[in-house]
Amino acid sequence: MTRVITLPDLDTARAWRQAARALIADGVSPDDVVWRYGEGAGDLFAEAGATSEEPAAGPSLTVPRTYAELADSVVWHSDPERFARLYAVLWHLRARAVRIDDPGDPDVARLHAMAKAVHRCQHKMKAFVRFREIGRSDSGRLQFAAWFQPSHFTLEPTAPFFARRFGDMDWRIVTPRLTASCRKGVLGFGPGAPRPQLPEDAAEALWATYFRSIFNPARLRVKAMQSQMPRKYWANMPETRVIPELVAGAGARVQAMREAAPTVPPPRAARIRARAALAEPEPAPAGGLALLRRQLSDCIRCPLHRQATQAVPGEGPADAALMIVGEQPGDQEDLAGRPFVGPAGRLFDAICAAAGLDRGAAYVTNAVKHFKFVPRGKRRLHQRPNSGEIAHCRWWLDHERALVRPRLILALGATAAEALTGSGAGILKRRGAMERTEDGTPVLLTVHPSWLLRLQDPAEQTAEERRFRTELERAVELLRARQEDGGAGAIRP
Amino acid sequence: MAARTLQQKLAILSDAAKYDASCASSGGRKRDSSDGKGLGSTGGMGICHAYAPDGRCISLLKILLTNFCIYDCAYCVNRVSSNVPRARFTVDEVVRLTIAFYRRNCIEGLFLSSGIARSPDATMAEMVEVARRLREQENFRGYIHLKTIPDCAPELVAAAGSYADRLSINVELPTDASLRRLAPEKDPATIRRAMAKVRLLGEAAGDRSLGGRQPPRFAPAGQSTQLIIGADGAADTTILEGSLRLYASYRLKRVYYSAFSPIPDAAASLPLVRPPLEREHRLYQADWLLRFYGFGLDEIASAAPGGNLPLDMDPKLSWALANRGQFPMDVNRAPRELLLRVPGLGVKVVDRIIASRRSRRIDSRALQRMGASLNRVRPFVITADWSPGALTDSASLRARLARPDAQLALL
Repeated sequence: MTRVITLPDLDTARAWRQAARALIADGVSPDDVVWRYGEGAGDLFAEAGATSEEPAAGPSLTVPRTYAELADSVVWHSDPERFARLYAVLWHLRARAVRIDDPGDPDVARLHAMAKAVHRCQHKMKAFVRFREIGRSDSGRLQFAAWFQPSHFTLEPTAPFFARRFGDMDWRIVTPRLTASCRKGVLGFGPGAPRPQLPEDAAEALWATYFRSIFNPARLRVKAMQSQMPRKYWANMPETRVIPELVAGAGARVQAMREAAPTVPPPRAARIRARAALAEPEPAPAGGLALLRRQLSDCIRCPLHRQATQAVPGEGPADAALMIVGEQPGDQEDLAGRPFVGPAGRLFDAICAAAGLDRGAAYVTNAVKHFKFVPRGKRRLHQRPNSGEIAHCRWWLDHERALVRPRLILALGATAAEALTGSGAGILKRRGAMERTEDGTPVLLTVHPSWLLRLQDPAEQTAEERRFRTELERAVELLRARQEDGGAGAIRP
Repeated sequence: MAARTLQQKLAILSDAAKYDASCASSGGRKRDSSDGKGLGSTGGMGICHAYAPDGRCISLLKILLTNFCIYDCAYCVNRVSSNVPRARFTVDEVVRLTIAFYRRNCIEGLFLSSGIARSPDATMAEMVEVARRLREQENFRGYIHLKTIPDCAPELVAAAGSYADRLSINVELPTDASLRRLAPEKDPATIRRAMAKVRLLGEAAGDRSLGGRQPPRFAPAGQSTQLIIGADGAADTTILEGSLRLYASYRLKRVYYSAFSPIPDAAASLPLVRPPLEREHRLYQADWLLRFYGFGLDEIASAAPGGNLPLDMDPKLSWALANRGQFPMDVNRAPRELLLRVPGLGVKVVDRIIASRRSRRIDSRALQRMGASLNRVRPFVITADWSPGALTDSASLRARLARPDAQLALL
């Protein structure tokens, strides 16, 4: 027995689901169903016989999510066969004769293509509907109206988008088959109509001006425009009226730009330039760390400056007794322009606090002042500076040491050790020992806090943090002993 | 100078804005006005509301606040030494235009940029005021993209990010040296520091405080930048290397490549050329290969003789022809990352292949149904019913697949 199912113009997706559920429950084969759309929506239940059951009463039907999503789009396609195709795939799905997650299956591929056409149509509707202002409602809300001819039955599924977007105005979109309107935020549908007469809207002339001016005649690519904005939509879009004129005139405009002789700058330009020349440049610092910082910001001694954001100068009191030297700025330090503000810096701060080391009283800097890295997607992978880079950057570190003249230097890790003592080798064996710079300043060697962060084993991490803390405590002790000495004599290892 | 009408100002200030390629309105937080108290929505996919005859999409109202500028960048139509007509919008005019076009469904929102009038801070403050008015007075919930002036005060950047969906700072030229030469008032280091600042502010806004409170928003759609292509001698591989660095350093959503294009009243120091549109296109393709297809810069460079991408074929095809030993690839067996290297197979088609081959042996027809162009992929794949045999290694393959130079067709 052939069943005739007539689906309504409105609420089509829900009606289709109800009908399909009932047909499956009755075991009706796709060959025995004839689908109709639109004519006499009220006849749905009368004609469909068994489908008159309320959906809640009918057996629920579990379908793969992919199918449900496809169906919700495909029902709005203009192909008269869409319901039959959907039902056939549903039938075969139940018999396991087709797999919905196989886009290589011809029937599934077909549904995907139809859904894609519907999505594109919805997208173009969101893009190309043009409202005209038609006045104000009694309650003072602005009112707008538009005429649109979609390629598929997409007004119903797309109207909520307009309701969400134009919350504070009343609007109406008329299509040949259906009209959607939204008053005071309430969305409703009515019968379609032929193109309505809408009053002229002064804003359209402004919009055409914008369209004309934003076009670059030197990049004329008419086909690219038409593939994205097919002619069938042009009738509804006021700006498209100027397209022929723009296309026709593009060649001559480019020619004119090319042939135009260079002009003399306007007098204004000379005045502005004179004013800029008169402007006092920021006075260079007289000397000391401030001048060094200014000079460092222009450093191009090695190629590292090309990829980093900025050179990161040291930070701290100019007469600090303790200088702490790390390796190089990391990702966060490079962005912020300050040393030791990233994860390793935070760990260092915490251990300093525990060891009673006042970081604010120390001068904190790095052996190398620019961040060395290789980009990996959205991250920057830290690279160890090589000996050449360390040697180039020693110029800055030596100046910092000469200006601050610390009594003790704490060297964190191999790079700092190399910059300060000439060798970075075997730091794990040398840590805890006291060495000296060339000019005799004592250097206490230890590891870099980022090494602690990289340790995998939690027990090892705890032990190493404790050891690191002991070394910091040693630095504190040495400084205190030095102070009690009354400032004379060197710190003895 | 007689007072200009709104129409005249719009003509001048949109003409002056058109050399910025960015028009994206995607990303960011979802918002709408279904509460009835405002106007606009954003979230998810951007929408292109029209296309100009240059093929570029029109998504945002892209205008300058003013094209008066105290800088003298040789490539720029608005440089101080140019004789183009000048105009200045009031804050109110920009707000009114944005709302009027938005209500008519012409745009997704506003992309506001500006020449530097008086000082960077004064100009930036006025741009921020436009965004503030749109958000706070007009309850505008559409998209706002603000161009950020690199040397403006940090609190203005913070304010801009609190109203805008996206901020952008243009790097302008591929190398520091060319920027210094062509844009004497601009400082590459200042530009980098400004991008760093935007990234840090964005990340700070992403961190929830200890109490779990949402911090104030900051440009939820991130930041982007633009490079002008063809105004200096930088090779494509130099440009791409710079882009990779920018993506990694400042978490840019996009690097836009903009072919240097003839401008009215051009500078004598920078003669006009035909805009290298094909080159721009190839750079975008290479950028995609680097970010979404697992290609390394060394691989792209290996197929770019002299550092420049071939113009007559896309960079993936060029790489494949130079590495034919890796082909043909069996679509029924090859892992995803290798399928992505087949010329003609995009991310979508590859994902469909992976899904489909759990159920079937893929033949040519199935491959076609999933969206692959058989003519393009045949030399590089094996399917259930096809093997390219000697085709992959044939000497004429390059000639068969290369396209005639599209640049010449433009003349």
